[in-house]
This record gives sequence, structure tokens and C-alpha cells, in this order.
Amino acid sequence: MENKQDVCNEIIRRSGVNPRKCMKCGKCSGTCPAYDEMEYHPHQFVYMVETGDIEPLLNSKSIYRCLSCFACIDRCPRGVEPAKIVEAVRLEVVRAQGNNHLTPNDIPDMLDEDLPQQAIVSAFRKYSK
Amino acid sequence: MQRIGVFVCWCGSNIAGTVDVAAVSDALKSEPGVVFSTNYQYMCSQAGQEMIKEAVKEHKLTGIVVCSCSPRMHEQTFRKTAAAAGINPYMVEIANIREQCSWVHKDMKEGTEKAIVLGRTAIAKVHLNAPLVPGESPVTKRALVIGGGIAGIQTALDIADAGFEVDIVETKPTIGGKMAQLDKTFPTLDCAACILTPKMVDVAQHEKIKIYSYSEVVDVKGFVGNFDVTIKKKARYVKEDVCTGCGLCTEKCPQKKVPNDFNLGMDNKRAIYIPFAQAVPKIATIDADYCTMLKTGKCGVCSKVCTAKAIDYTQKDEFVSEKYGAIVAATGFNPISMEKFDEYAYSQSKDVITSLEFERLMNAAGPTAGKLLRPSDGVHPHKIVFVQCVGSRCAACAEKGKEYCSKICCMYTAKHAMLTRDKYPDTDVTVFYIDVRTPGKQFDEFYRRAVEEYGVHYIKGMVGKVSPEGNKLIVQGSDLIANKQLKIEADLVVLAAAIEPDRSARPLATMLTASMDTNDFFTEAHPKLRPVESPTAGIFLSGACQGPKDIPETVSQAGAAAAKVIGLLSKDKLTGNPCVAHSDEMMCNGCSSCEKVCPYGAITYSDKEFRGPNRTTLIRRVASVNEAICQGCGCCTVACPSGAMDLKGFASKQIMAEVDAICK
Amino acid sequence: MQVNGYKPKIVAFCCNWCSYAGADLAGSNRLSYPAEVKVIRVPCSCRVNPMFILRAFQRGADGVILCGCHPGDCHYTSGNYYTRRRMALLFSMLDYLGIERDRTRVEWVSAAEGAKFAATMNEFAEKVASLGENKRLEDLRCKK
Repeated sequence: MENKQDVCNEIIRRSGVNPRKCMKCGKCSGTCPAYDEMEYHPHQFVYMVETGDIEPLLNSKSIYRCLSCFACIDRCPRGVEPAKIVEAVRLEVVRAQGNNHLTPNDIPDMLDEDLPQQAIVSAFRKYSK
Repeated sequence: MQRIGVFVCWCGSNIAGTVDVAAVSDALKSEPGVVFSTNYQYMCSQAGQEMIKEAVKEHKLTGIVVCSCSPRMHEQTFRKTAAAAGINPYMVEIANIREQCSWVHKDMKEGTEKAIVLGRTAIAKVHLNAPLVPGESPVTKRALVIGGGIAGIQTALDIADAGFEVDIVETKPTIGGKMAQLDKTFPTLDCAACILTPKMVDVAQHEKIKIYSYSEVVDVKGFVGNFDVTIKKKARYVKEDVCTGCGLCTEKCPQKKVPNDFNLGMDNKRAIYIPFAQAVPKIATIDADYCTMLKTGKCGVCSKVCTAKAIDYTQKDEFVSEKYGAIVAATGFNPISMEKFDEYAYSQSKDVITSLEFERLMNAAGPTAGKLLRPSDGVHPHKIVFVQCVGSRCAACAEKGKEYCSKICCMYTAKHAMLTRDKYPDTDVTVFYIDVRTPGKQFDEFYRRAVEEYGVHYIKGMVGKVSPEGNKLIVQGSDLIANKQLKIEADLVVLAAAIEPDRSARPLATMLTASMDTNDFFTEAHPKLRPVESPTAGIFLSGACQGPKDIPETVSQAGAAAAKVIGLLSKDKLTGNPCVAHSDEMMCNGCSSCEKVCPYGAITYSDKEFRGPNRTTLIRRVASVNEAICQGCGCCTVACPSGAMDLKGFASKQIMAEVDAICK
Repeated sequence: MQVNGYKPKIVAFCCNWCSYAGADLAGSNRLSYPAEVKVIRVPCSCRVNPMFILRAFQRGADGVILCGCHPGDCHYTSGNYYTRRRMALLFSMLDYLGIERDRTRVEWVSAAEGAKFAATMNEFAEKVASLGENKRLEDLRCKK
């Protein structure tokens, strides 16, 4: 494991989120539809990245429980965008495995009428890049 | 050529310790124009000042250079000395050889050299000084207060009690403002009406106060001491001087479906109405948007029932012009719209209300006569959730809400929670908070009482969404301390909406040339030392138009603003600062560059006749500076492309001469 | 202040309300800075005409620094914003003419920042001194 702070800095850089903007109101976690599925909740992601406590997040299933519905991004009063942090932590894990689960060419076949557009975007965000 | 006297001060050893004062006075003696040069232990002392006066007489001095402490310290002293000696006070220049020379340099040689250069610089400036006479302007001994809430009421009463005439302009048909809508006030829980309405009556009965209700300020011209204000008295279709306020018309009017804005639309009023029983002035007003007579010409019930014959359907807006010496902005605040916070379902359910609406629900004179009933079905709620910081403390990048803390919400939420538990012990009350901010006398004790004695549940966390389900509201929020997400079935949700300045403040600020911050709160002249004055002379600030405030703070600020107004109005004449901008009409090309940069609106343009060649006359557009408004920043002098604009006392030539002297 | 034996001439324009008071405070706190720095008092930093700065460089100044109130704190509400824009233009032009960026500077110094005033002047004077003597701007109108 490389330096924890370096990992956090990389996550901050990749997500473009400044976790210091968080005022710890908890609205993201109050809003999250997947809250009960998660071991660590959106506000904890922000807080733990800010404080450099990254290992538990990398080892947690919580990163796959985020639906990327972006409700937290929409409702955060400080514009912190917690979902982007979750996303960046997930990428940290996915990239380390060297797996790209999805290429843009795979997408058209997987589309169906009922699939929300958000999910496609989210799938890209999760598995591609 | 000026005849200049140079006076070098030792300031005991403060200057003499690192500057060879004798060498300085000797060196400056040989400067052009210097006819006298000396040094003395304490130039600012009585003896030192006498020395200056004698030298002025003996050597017929026209200019004085004092090499001493900072001009911020003793410029006024030496100007007075000069005036006493019979020369214009603005012919004095100070060379700052203490704070900016002897105190910063340790080496005698270095200090002396610098002091000589600074002395020379001041001499170079004095050569170009011209006698300046401050302008005087008369003061109209009458004040205008814009806004008739508690801030405006208090300011007006205080000014009027000092013996000056005051006019209050209020856009609503009655004074009283937001405080008239409140039920109880924190932290003492006395009823708002009980403490406000006597003040409203005082205003109505005060011989020095005139109320322009249902009126707006539409134009402001002039400057400190001499404002010309146009007030629009909106047509209320009722003769103000005839109406007795009996209220018969408001009972008989057949148009019953007019949303009652005083109760925030939670019930209806008639098309002719008196906002509330204690209104001042107690005069009926017709809402022209709903009145059948005004819209179709068929009705006239109010006119028939009015025994005083006060109804006049032909009334038109009336414009009144008045002169004032000082203007107080007291335009107050409003809760923000809940439009951008629809996760709380404000638009979807009648049972999601704002705190001000809750205030009306609890008020004995409100739509439910003081009974706490749900707006949707009139049933008593057993579970109430309060959400704090709705729209307050939002980052600018989130593009909704306000960046500031609205300051009053923590306290009124605690008040609401406590009152609910007090009146209805069977009702469970939960408050979601981010932080509870209670800095104020007896404030934290009040909040703790709500928790400890009244059993209000305070949960640290924020509500993420509210979803109406049947006749319940499902409140989903986080409990950060338990690290849980809560889903609460509530009957009523109360949102502590952020407050924002009234919409009328921005156009008013433009009229007053008073500056505002990015949130449309009026800016004060100095955030700490001049908190109730606008940077624009003669404009004062009272209440929440300057920033979020509770009632005690508003009242104290209102009193402070009144004191400042009284100080201004008690003067017969205002003496200006003579160091103001001046435009050379012969050089001005009328481009308006200066007008655009002036923060005070001191520059105006007018067409003037000039003599042209061959006995012709030319009409040219030229700038002129109103010396009473100009504060002397000099921004216009740099903006002026033709060099017509210059600043007296800090003229371009003078500053250039200083630059030359330093670089020599 | 001497670097390689060269003593620069530095003109500092200070606004009356913040920076001049800051300079006074530096004095009251006995915080030293080079004697080559000489202050000219102006009502507001926006009073400083680019002409004054050109004049200083014509007359042999080696550096010019302009101090005003912090953005948002201007006594005249907006003066320092004009200063900021005007000087950005002027300094880039001077740079083009061969007067290095380090010889010109705008700094916000409040009335409470005596220490900042002294530190700024020390740093600025050292930079200017290390650049050596300035090229003197010439006024072509004076050339026959």
C-alpha cells in the first residue's frame, strides 16, 4: 500500500471534489436511497477521504452499493458532490485490478427501453474510463 | 513663488534619536522657496505651535512644512495652527519622519538622508498647494425612513423624540412589518403584538411623524442634507382622511376569495380589507386585482355600506415630492422561495410549511385562531418535524440558497418547538439541525430548556427528502451521531427558510447610490466602526436590510441609526471635505468616463454654452462635480482621458512633484 | 538595502485609509524596512494615475509599489478594483517596454498589517536591488 495521503490526493484530483467544503450536515446521507446497503455512507466517504482514512473504504463493499443516482450531488448545500468521491474511490479499486469491464462498443446491445439514462452514464463511470 | 517655513520636530528622542534634526533643518533651508527653517523639541506642543505662528508673521510665510509624526496623527493640529496664524489650513504639508523614518531605521546617516528627502518632497508639494475652502451646504431638518417594520418604527420614534420631523414610507397598507406577523418572541416568549402594537400607536400619534402607507419611493435626487424624494402613494380607492376604520366594508364585500397575504395565503380575505385589527393607519384598502367594481364596474357594495363615504373608485396613484436631510433604509427581509428545495415537498403538500407560516398558525389572530391545525385537513398534528438551515449556508457553487447563516432560525425553531410542546404535550417534536447557533443573551439557555425541560428531540443531521404518502409525510434524514438513516412519519413539516433582503432594496440602493453586497444586503461604511451608515453620505441603515438580525439587534441598530441621523440633522450647515474632484470645463470632452467610475454619483453632465471663435457660442456637454457628494477618492481623475478632472489637495501635478523629489 | 553595492530608489504609493496606516503601524511596532522605500500618500489607490508610475521610471526610480486596501475593504467601496485592473494593464505594458515585472507590484495592506507592510517592503526592495539599476524611460518630447 502506497502512502495513504497520496491515494487520497489522487482521489481528490480525479473526482475534482474538494472535501474541505463539506460542513458535515449529513444531507447526502439523509438523501441516499442505498443508505441501508452501505457500510460507509456518503458523508463518511467525504470525511474519510478528507482525513486520509482511506483503507476501510477501499476494502468496503459500499463502493459498489452506490447507485450513482446523484441525489447527494443535487441536494448537497455546499456543492461537495459526494457521489463523485464514491466514484473516484471505486475507480481506485477497479483500476488497481486492471479490469475494464465495459467498452463503449458493448453498450448499444445492452440498451433497452426501460433502462434509465442515468444508469448508462453511471455504468460508464463505474466500469470504463 | 511660495514663502515656505520648515519646522523639524525632534519628538523628544523619538525622531532625534535616529535623525539628525539639525542637519535636516539645515539641508532644507537651501531648498527653493524656503525662507525659514528650524527645529524644536515638540512641534505639536503649545510652544511649538506658537513658534510656527510667530514665524508665519515674521517671515510672511505662505506655506508650512512640518517634519514630524504621521499626518494621521497631527495634520489637523498643524492645520488649526496655520488657520490661527492667518494662512489657509490646506497650505500645510507634513513630512512623516517618525512612523515612516526614525522608527523604522536604525542608522543615523540613513535616517537623516531619508528625512531630508521626505522634507524635500513635502516642500515640492507645498509649492503647488492652493488655498482650499470647504464647501458648506444647508441641512433640511427632516428625515425619511423607508420601511415601517420594527426597524423603521424604532428609528422614526427615536428621531422624532429628538424633535425632528420624520416621514415613514411603507409599501404595505399598514406599518408593523414582519414582527406584526409573529406570535411570540424569543428568548422571553412575550407576545410580539403586545410589544409592537403600542409602538405602532406611538408612531401614529406622534406629532412629528407622518406615515405614507401603501406608498413607495420612486425617485431620489440630491445629496446629504438635501435630498429630493418623490413618493408614490398607490391608489387604495379609499379616502385616507375620511375612512374611520370601522371595518364594515370588509365584512360586506361579496368578493371573498382573495388570498390573504398577511396570513401568507393560508386563508382568504375580502377584496376590501384591513390587514389586521391593530393596523396603523387603520384604513381599508381595496385590492384592485380582485375588486369586482374596479374590474367590471358592477358591485359597489362597500361604497353603499360605508357611512363615512370614504370609498372612491376613481382614485389614482398620487405623487408627492418632499425634501429630506437624511434617509434611513429599513427595508427588511423576506423568507426565500422554496422553489429550489423541492426535495422537501413544499409545493407538493400543504402540510409542509415555512416557519413564518407556522408563526401564523400559532398566532391567535391567524387563520386557525391560534390552534395548531394541519393546513390540509384541519386535524391536529401529533408528530412535527422541523428542518433547519433550508437555504442557509449553501455554497455559491451549489446555485441555490444563500451562503450566509440566516442567524434567527435556530432561535425561532427552538421557540416553535418549545411552544408546541408547551401547548400540546401530546405532540412529538423533532428538530433536524446542522449546528445550533445561539450566541445571544439568554439564547443558549433557551435552547437547552427546549431540549431538557420540554423534551424536544434534536437530531444532528439533515433531512434529505420529504415524501407525502397518504395523509402522512415521510421524512427521510440522517442521524449523524447514531450513524443511521431515519424515516419518520410526520404530520407536519416546518422548514426554517433562509431569509433574504426585500426585493425593493436593490432598486432603492440604485436610487440612493448606496452600495450593496452580492447578497443585496446594504453595505455599511465600515464593518466595525460605522455599522449603521452607508458609505454614501446621508444614507443610514436600520435592521435586516444590512444583514440578518433578530429583534433585539434590530432595535439597537435602529436606535444607533437614529442617533446618527439626529447628529446630522442637528447641524445647521454641513462642512464638506475640500479635497474633492474638480473638472476643468475647458478641457472636458463630455465622454462620461468619470461618471461611470464614480461610486457616489457625484458627477453630473450638463450642456453649457461656451464662447467659440468669431463671437459664436458653442454648446458643449461637460462634467461637473457636486462637492457635497464627492468623497475625494480620485478615481475619476485617472479615468478622465483628457486630463480635465483633478483632485484638489492631491492634484496630479502635486503627486508628480513628489515623485520627482523622491527620485532626484 | 544593498545588493552588489546597489541602492535602489523605490517609490511606494499608499492609500490613506489602509496602507498608509499600515505603514505607520510598521513604524509604531519598530519593524524596519529599507530606507530606500519612500511613501507618497494618496487618498485611494485608485488615485494613482499610470502617469505617476511612468514619471517615476522616467526620473530614475528602480521600483514602484502600490498599496491599497484589501479587495472589498476599499474606503471608497470600489477604488481598489479599478487599481487592480489598471495596474494589470500598465505592468504588462511596462514589462513589454523592458521594465521587469519584479520592479512593479500591487499589494493589499490593511491598517492592521504593519508586519505585512514591512515584510512586503523588505522583499520588494531586495528583489529590485538584485535587478540592479533600472533602464530609464525617456520622454521623447524632451529630446530635441
